[in-house]
Amino acid sequence: MELINQHTKKIMEGCKERARAAGLRFENESLEYVVTNRDLLELSPKIMIPTLYDYWVHDVEVLKGKGKYELYPSNPYETVINTRPAISYYNDNNPDWLNVMIFYHVIGHIDFFQNNLYFRHTWDYDFTGEALSDKRVIAKLRSEHGHWVDYVIEFARGIDNLVGYFPELHRLFPVTTAQLPARLDYYFDVFLQSVRKVKTSEYIKEIERYNQCLAEYAHLCDDMFFAEVDRRHPEFKALFVKYKEHKSAPPVDLIQYILENSPFLNKEENKWMKIIIEVIRKTSLFFQPQIRTKIMNEGWASYWHETLFLQDDRIEGHEVDFARVNAGVTAMPRVGLNPYALGMRMFYAIEENANKGRITWDFQRLKDARQREKYDGTLGRGREYIFHVRENHSDFTFINQFINQDFVTQHDLFVAGRRLNEAKMVWEYYVKSRNSDDYRQMLLDGLYHPPRIGIDHEKGKRDNALYLIHHFEHKPLIKDFIANTLMGVEYLWGGPVELETHEPLPKLTRSDRPKSAAAKGDEPPIQWQRVVYTMKERKLSRRIAA
Amino acid sequence: MKNELWEIYLRLKAEGLDPALEKKILSEIDTNPSAGATALESLTPPALTGFYDWADLQVLQPLAMAQSHTSQVRTIDDLLAKDRQREKDGFPRKVRVGRMIKPGRGGKDKVVVVPTSTEEKLMHDSSFQDQEEESAGGGSGEGEEGEVIGEEPVRQSEKGSGAGPGQGEGDQHELESSAYDLGRILTEQFELPNLKDKGKKRSLTRYTYDLTDRHRGFGQVLDKKATLRKIVETNIHLGNLPDVNDIDTLGFLISPKDMVYRILSREKDFESQAMVFFVRDYSGSMVGKTTELIVAQHVLIYSWLLYQYANQVQTRFVLHDTTAKEVPDFYTYYNSKVAGGTQVSSAYKLVNEIVEKENLAQDYNIYVFHGTDGDDWDAEGRESIPQLKLMMRYANRVGITIAQHSAGSSTEVEKYIKKSGLLEQAPELIRMDVLTDDADESRLIEGIRKLISQDKR
Repeated sequence: MELINQHTKKIMEGCKERARAAGLRFENESLEYVVTNRDLLELSPKIMIPTLYDYWVHDVEVLKGKGKYELYPSNPYETVINTRPAISYYNDNNPDWLNVMIFYHVIGHIDFFQNNLYFRHTWDYDFTGEALSDKRVIAKLRSEHGHWVDYVIEFARGIDNLVGYFPELHRLFPVTTAQLPARLDYYFDVFLQSVRKVKTSEYIKEIERYNQCLAEYAHLCDDMFFAEVDRRHPEFKALFVKYKEHKSAPPVDLIQYILENSPFLNKEENKWMKIIIEVIRKTSLFFQPQIRTKIMNEGWASYWHETLFLQDDRIEGHEVDFARVNAGVTAMPRVGLNPYALGMRMFYAIEENANKGRITWDFQRLKDARQREKYDGTLGRGREYIFHVRENHSDFTFINQFINQDFVTQHDLFVAGRRLNEAKMVWEYYVKSRNSDDYRQMLLDGLYHPPRIGIDHEKGKRDNALYLIHHFEHKPLIKDFIANTLMGVEYLWGGPVELETHEPLPKLTRSDRPKSAAAKGDEPPIQWQRVVYTMKERKLSRRIAA
Repeated sequence: MKNELWEIYLRLKAEGLDPALEKKILSEIDTNPSAGATALESLTPPALTGFYDWADLQVLQPLAMAQSHTSQVRTIDDLLAKDRQREKDGFPRKVRVGRMIKPGRGGKDKVVVVPTSTEEKLMHDSSFQDQEEESAGGGSGEGEEGEVIGEEPVRQSEKGSGAGPGQGEGDQHELESSAYDLGRILTEQFELPNLKDKGKKRSLTRYTYDLTDRHRGFGQVLDKKATLRKIVETNIHLGNLPDVNDIDTLGFLISPKDMVYRILSREKDFESQAMVFFVRDYSGSMVGKTTELIVAQHVLIYSWLLYQYANQVQTRFVLHDTTAKEVPDFYTYYNSKVAGGTQVSSAYKLVNEIVEKENLAQDYNIYVFHGTDGDDWDAEGRESIPQLKLMMRYANRVGITIAQHSAGSSTEVEKYIKKSGLLEQAPELIRMDVLTDDADESRLIEGIRKLISQDKR
């Protein structure tokens, strides 16, 4: 791995100038390396972070199959990594014009990394630097504890997809609605609704009473109002104190919970394990935003490489070359999903809509298709608006908000279906739906979504067990993976582990019976049952929960 | 076909049948051939490209991804040692050796064997719903709702994985190198047993170097006998040897040209030839995992033979249910559907017939590898055992693999072969390996070792 030569670096700096002029914001420094295939072999298992800790599984071909991305929050073949300075990788014989295009794409990514708020927790430090020191620590621990280090890495990685990424963001962006006195919030939001469970009419009466009180006594109102509350509900004060205590504890994810409460890890001789687990958790958190902004990130980078490349005066004569490469990257596939193509088109559409003032209430209210087509508020603030979008959205909100029928129709998009034609023994692909709601749902269903696993503090207590609850979202867990994952958790926890989840009841019909076309339509809905897996002394058992 | 099966069934019934076996037979007769086909393929639809299959390096830059990690793996032994250590520490093994890629037509029988592993995590299973009809993702372009816009054959010959752009070029190379790796891994461990000198044929690929060429005047080793002869010859011409009965060697003249030396030469080697029969049960009971295992093991053996004995080993393929047939290539052998009943004897008989008719035993070392789930309508082996004995007269080794449906009770084939005592009488000639249907690739390789090992048990 070596840095690109001065000639190429100069091209990069030229790209940066032009990108800045167009409004992109990013740090001055960046590092560009030329990589060979050999380098890539080393880098790709380490998710392109050259300084990531060593782990034997990196040396093995990890089985890739369906849902590979569910396992790893990041794609191992990114060109640019979110470090300070940002590092990007290049083939050593790219022609200059191609480098210009790639540089713009890379700058688009860097701008996204450094401005999108979902990356906020990665802004204040350099990940490669920390990874290097972590790597040294792990190497040192390995020299002291041998192969047990690898088990700890393995088991911690087994649950690293359950890190509390959103709680982490929550910590960074405290919700600002807490301006009102907490007591008031508690009284109206929790106490009346959940504790007393008052009727709506009574609830409204209370609000009226408060408003009246506010009007009469202004700043004295609070005391007056709650004096009355205390008189009416003597238990209120105590409950509020308890609530505050409970509320002040930050939400913890499974790894944190184990770190804090595991009797095994907190033994003196096992404390070194906690260092490793922290490293795994941090690494996972670092990559979380990347997979949650894949479509936006690639769309944004593609939008800018296309826009800026075409305006660049240095590449005259290579328009056709560019068109070929660019079409390869950003063409909509006939069947399948391309984040570059979709994201880029969405940014273009959003810009156009914002220019025409279509992201307004007035336009949303229009029902007449022809009027909608002609509508032009000529606001001309499109650019500004897409910068706002790149700062504040993730893939979920991006798709949820901006995929609409106009967009789906304009680009001829559809949900593709696939069915087996037994007569011809072929898979048939067909147009399933052109409805934007279906299309949006299809996209959302395809997004990265790890299971949500909570901890029940009460249930496990009797025999020192850790009781996990998988929140039901109409999706079962992959059964084959449960045993080994729970075994790892049991090891780290130092006691039995229970996992409560839902599984579909097996269907009554025999699966090898050839299905007739008529029978397909009226298949009964899936029946779910609650089951509890128990991992005790490395043995997994399963029981059906009552 | 069903009628034939029925006839056999009735005949067997007339001879007296064990009720458990009868049930098995009936269920096999019942097996719907097309259902069997779906089971073999298990009908996993090809993966489509989703959002997360795209990455900058592949899309933007022509950086061919070398996907194979084999070049990085220190050695397979290291990894397996690591795995054994895991077992010692009380954790399940994690490294799997082997991942198969289907053989294709036209000599493209390639196998990828690399150490693989899975990192298990709690994650959602998206495949729990019916796969028959599902939404396959997004699309764009023309077409009315409900219109079919494309088809893809269910039986893809190659490459299930490897979605995403930019990987096309590297593939071919990767397959070859992996096949090589497989060969290397296996040859270090295996050799065909009991190879005898039979019908030696000039090898086209192997050479040995020997000091066999003669050269006058100079060279590496003096060939004394030839030199002496040459000297005598020269001196006869010179007239220095008037009387044969009274030779005076002191009067001899020695010309430098008389010195005959041996020099290094490349010799084409002669090697023994072998003929390997692959025999597979493809009856109705072989649905699913058992077939996979048998086929996977035969793929391993086959690719090892391809690698090590390149042109010296010929392969023949026989499939059987109640009747046996020979198929032309490994592809067909690998991909044929399961259906019908089971009569192991039919296959043995066919092999015997082929060997006899083509007089193979004289020129070839003959090996037979037979894979089955152990069911046989001929529960006593009344027909199979005599055929097997016949086979053992000429075969160098018969290797029988039984992939049981479940652990525990032994199967008919296992029973009657054990009962016949052949395994003890001639361990040189016949070996049997019994797998359960949850065996993994390393177990399969273990099995091959057992089938072809030389050492007596």
